[in-house]
Amino acid sequence: MNPAGPYMLFGNRWRAWGPVLVIAVLGLFPGGMHAQETEECLTCHEDQDLRGTRKGKAINVFVDRKKFAASVHGSLSCVTCHADLEGKELPHAEDLAPAVCGTCHEEVAAQQAASLHGKAARRGDPFAPRCPDCHGSHGILPTKNPRSPVAPMQIPYLCGKCHKEGSPVQQQRTIHADHILENYSESIHGEGLLRKGLVVSATCASCHTAHAILPHTDPSSSIARRNIAATCTQCHAQIEMVHRKVIKGELWEREANVLPACVDCHQPHKARKVFYDQGMADKDCLRCHSRQNLVSSKDGRSLYVAQEQLGSSRHVRTACSQCHAGVNVAKVRPCETITMPVDCASCHAEVAQQYAGSTHGQLVARQDPNAPKCTECHGTHAVLGKHQPQSATFATNVPRLCARCHREGEKAAVRYTGTESKIVEHYGESIHGRGLTKSGLTVTAMCTSCHTAHGVLPRSNPGSSINPANVPATCGRCHHGIEEQFLKSVHVDTTGKVKDKLPVCDDCHSAHTIRRADEEGFKLTIMNQCGRCHEQIARTYFDTYHGKVSQLGYTKTAKCYDCHGAHDILPVTDTRSHLSRENVVVTCQKCHPGANRRFAGYLTHATHHDPDKYPFLFWTFWGMTGLLVGTFVVSGVHTLLWLPRAIQHRRQRNRVAAAPEGNTGDAQASAPSQTGTETTGGTITQAGAKPDAPPDAPAQDHGPDRL
Amino acid sequence: MPLQMHRLRTMDQIDSKTEARQYVRFTRLNRMLHAIMIVCFLSLALTGMTLKFSYTGWAALLSRLFGGYESAGYIHRFAAAIMVGVFVTHLIDLFHRKRHEYGSWKKLLFGPDTMLPTGKDLADVRASFRWFLGKGPRPQYGRWTYWEKFDYFAVFWGMVVIGSTGFTLWFPEFFTLVFPGWMINVATIIHSDEALLATGFIFTVHFFNTHLRPEKFPMDMVIFTGRMPVEELLEDKPAEYEAEVAAGTLSKRLAEPYQPIVIRAIRIFAWIALGIGFSIIVWIIYAMVFAYQ
Repeated sequence: MNPAGPYMLFGNRWRAWGPVLVIAVLGLFPGGMHAQETEECLTCHEDQDLRGTRKGKAINVFVDRKKFAASVHGSLSCVTCHADLEGKELPHAEDLAPAVCGTCHEEVAAQQAASLHGKAARRGDPFAPRCPDCHGSHGILPTKNPRSPVAPMQIPYLCGKCHKEGSPVQQQRTIHADHILENYSESIHGEGLLRKGLVVSATCASCHTAHAILPHTDPSSSIARRNIAATCTQCHAQIEMVHRKVIKGELWEREANVLPACVDCHQPHKARKVFYDQGMADKDCLRCHSRQNLVSSKDGRSLYVAQEQLGSSRHVRTACSQCHAGVNVAKVRPCETITMPVDCASCHAEVAQQYAGSTHGQLVARQDPNAPKCTECHGTHAVLGKHQPQSATFATNVPRLCARCHREGEKAAVRYTGTESKIVEHYGESIHGRGLTKSGLTVTAMCTSCHTAHGVLPRSNPGSSINPANVPATCGRCHHGIEEQFLKSVHVDTTGKVKDKLPVCDDCHSAHTIRRADEEGFKLTIMNQCGRCHEQIARTYFDTYHGKVSQLGYTKTAKCYDCHGAHDILPVTDTRSHLSRENVVVTCQKCHPGANRRFAGYLTHATHHDPDKYPFLFWTFWGMTGLLVGTFVVSGVHTLLWLPRAIQHRRQRNRVAAAPEGNTGDAQASAPSQTGTETTGGTITQAGAKPDAPPDAPAQDHGPDRL
Repeated sequence: MPLQMHRLRTMDQIDSKTEARQYVRFTRLNRMLHAIMIVCFLSLALTGMTLKFSYTGWAALLSRLFGGYESAGYIHRFAAAIMVGVFVTHLIDLFHRKRHEYGSWKKLLFGPDTMLPTGKDLADVRASFRWFLGKGPRPQYGRWTYWEKFDYFAVFWGMVVIGSTGFTLWFPEFFTLVFPGWMINVATIIHSDEALLATGFIFTVHFFNTHLRPEKFPMDMVIFTGRMPVEELLEDKPAEYEAEVAAGTLSKRLAEPYQPIVIRAIRIFAWIALGIGFSIIVWIIYAMVFAYQ
């Protein structure tokens, strides 16, 4: 800040009147000791162009006679403040010491010296304000004078010179609050002061004090936690009487440490009015709005308010005008001055802030026609709390509520571009959905348990509760024990070096089709889930007995998690792993009670395709395959060669059998041992001709005889 | 089929006309053991294949049909136990016959009826290939042809290999008291591939050699009835016929054929077994060629 600044206040405006004033002052103040001293000073200093130096810099040292005379210090002589000029010859030397306020304002000066501002000044902080920076110098006006820079109306501007957003002080010094002026001007205090002109409304100095400004961490500060109640009750004298529920009367001031401080509920610079306009009662509204045929003249929608709805709603103690703010009781129709729609944020500020950042809130901000506003879920006059079973936001009703937009084909589902489908149906079949609807467990996870109620964001958003980075914590809100195990497992990277995408809860359990982990279906799919990343190891698993049985659809044989653990998977090199040397036998014994150390040497992920890793299996497999192929080649060749010859053999026999008559002549054909290729037919002929042989019995009786 | 019907009719005519007594080639015990072995073998093959080809939909279906993998496992082990019983019974029968029929191991093992490969078998192999290639007459096959002997010893080999590995897989905890764990993996591969060889061989080569070859098509009933027409013997195993005639024992070996209804029942059983066998072959080919993973 330019140190010459305060001296220049109002300077230019009065410059034209300079000569007139000189004459007037000379005529008006003829004598008096101090007056004469002042006169002496003014002889030179009323020259508007008079220059002096301070610390080697040229400054204007003009003193406005009239302003000084009108100031609170008008009756004092110059040397009262400029004490170092006492008894000095005129013209005096350059580079005067700063005027001393503390000679008279002892107490205030002591406060200021101990304050943040005073300390900063002593440190030589160029931003540190000194007395004239706020109060001015020669033209100091009484505080009551609205023109005074420290008049209540001016204080926000005065403080704002340094503490507004973007100022060097705000940027370069550590100040914990932000947008102080903006927030203040919107707060009930700021509104009272700046819009309604209530000078009794709290200004900066009301809370921070004028001179003893200290950080809230300083116990003697007016805004230290212990002192806040005292500070606020300067104005809100009997506030404890209306905060009975919270503080039970006097307890507040006596034991401020155990109770919430005012600012815990009413943020320091954002303090909003929480009470409706005095004098406006619900019955005044219902005079019109209880009529069922009341409609809006603008769009014809019904303006009827069902009293019984209001009566049983969560807002039963909230007056109409508290939500429908802006009524004017002076009017016949007090509501005609309402310009803004109901703003739930005036009470539900925190929720509203969260909502504004959510996908829903962003849609509202973009004025998207599909955007769900507060009333979409909470209703209007009949709003109920989420713990009331009739409420649409009651746990068991939430899926239906969200489904209104998120069911397949509805407006939100149509816009959705992610990978999930039939979300509502799948959720209904999931363990959570069945827990909620079939078992009626209100503690079961439903939509908002994972997605949050007001901070709904897409998975890709790092701030989303369902962003992969946040999923374990989200699920861990209920499944805390699992989360603890999981966070220690190999699937959580604590080193920050793992490049691969690591799985979180929903990668194995899915998002909306979550099944009981002890159900057949889950047990069978989990192997594929593991296999999505552990491809090789999953494939070789299916080459072993365990895997083959699992593949057939039975769950009794060991699956991934039976050996590796589910959430507490650790590398086998970790001694805590289920498969470490220390634990592996016990792990096998879960199913094979007689398992021993050698038994545990069974290769559960063996493949016979890897000669380097499993030479025994590789060579056994190829040995067996060789045997198999060899056997089939030899016998195959044998068969194929045999076939045509055998067909020929049979054809010849049939030909003979079909014409037995013509062959009788061969009946005594010689012994089969003599047959050749041709005579084979002869043999058959004989067989076929057998019926023509002499009666069987005697023939057979001969026993050893040939046929 | 017309061919087959024609032949059946012809055979029936012969049978009905003559009431011919037939040559008994297999004892009652051998036939029973073969029948039991068929049931066991098919059970073992079906239940085992469900695991081997678990990646096919057929496997899952069959496994379900057997009442789940555990139930299939019980059937598998039960059939295996019976199979071992069949094997042991046969060995006991051999001892028995050695004592009562042959008198000494020498006569049993090196006599004309021996199952052991002989010089004649080697000659028969050579002569068979000559016959196949049209360079010689059909060999004078004896009581046990070389392919029958091969089938017989294939069972011995299979019993040892599949049986021993099977027991290892049945009692892994016991076997790993001595052997390292990876031996279980090795046993799995041997068991599985040897079973594939056995089923593949039985349901193709053995089926062809005994039933499907044109001389016998579609089915040779002799292993079930034990009987075959003497003229068929003369045609198929001339050397055996000659030997019987020479020894004068042919008439002692003749017996009345079974009643047609018995034959029909046996035929149904045999056809079912044959059908299952072929189905397994189709399944194996499908699993190995089209669905292999």
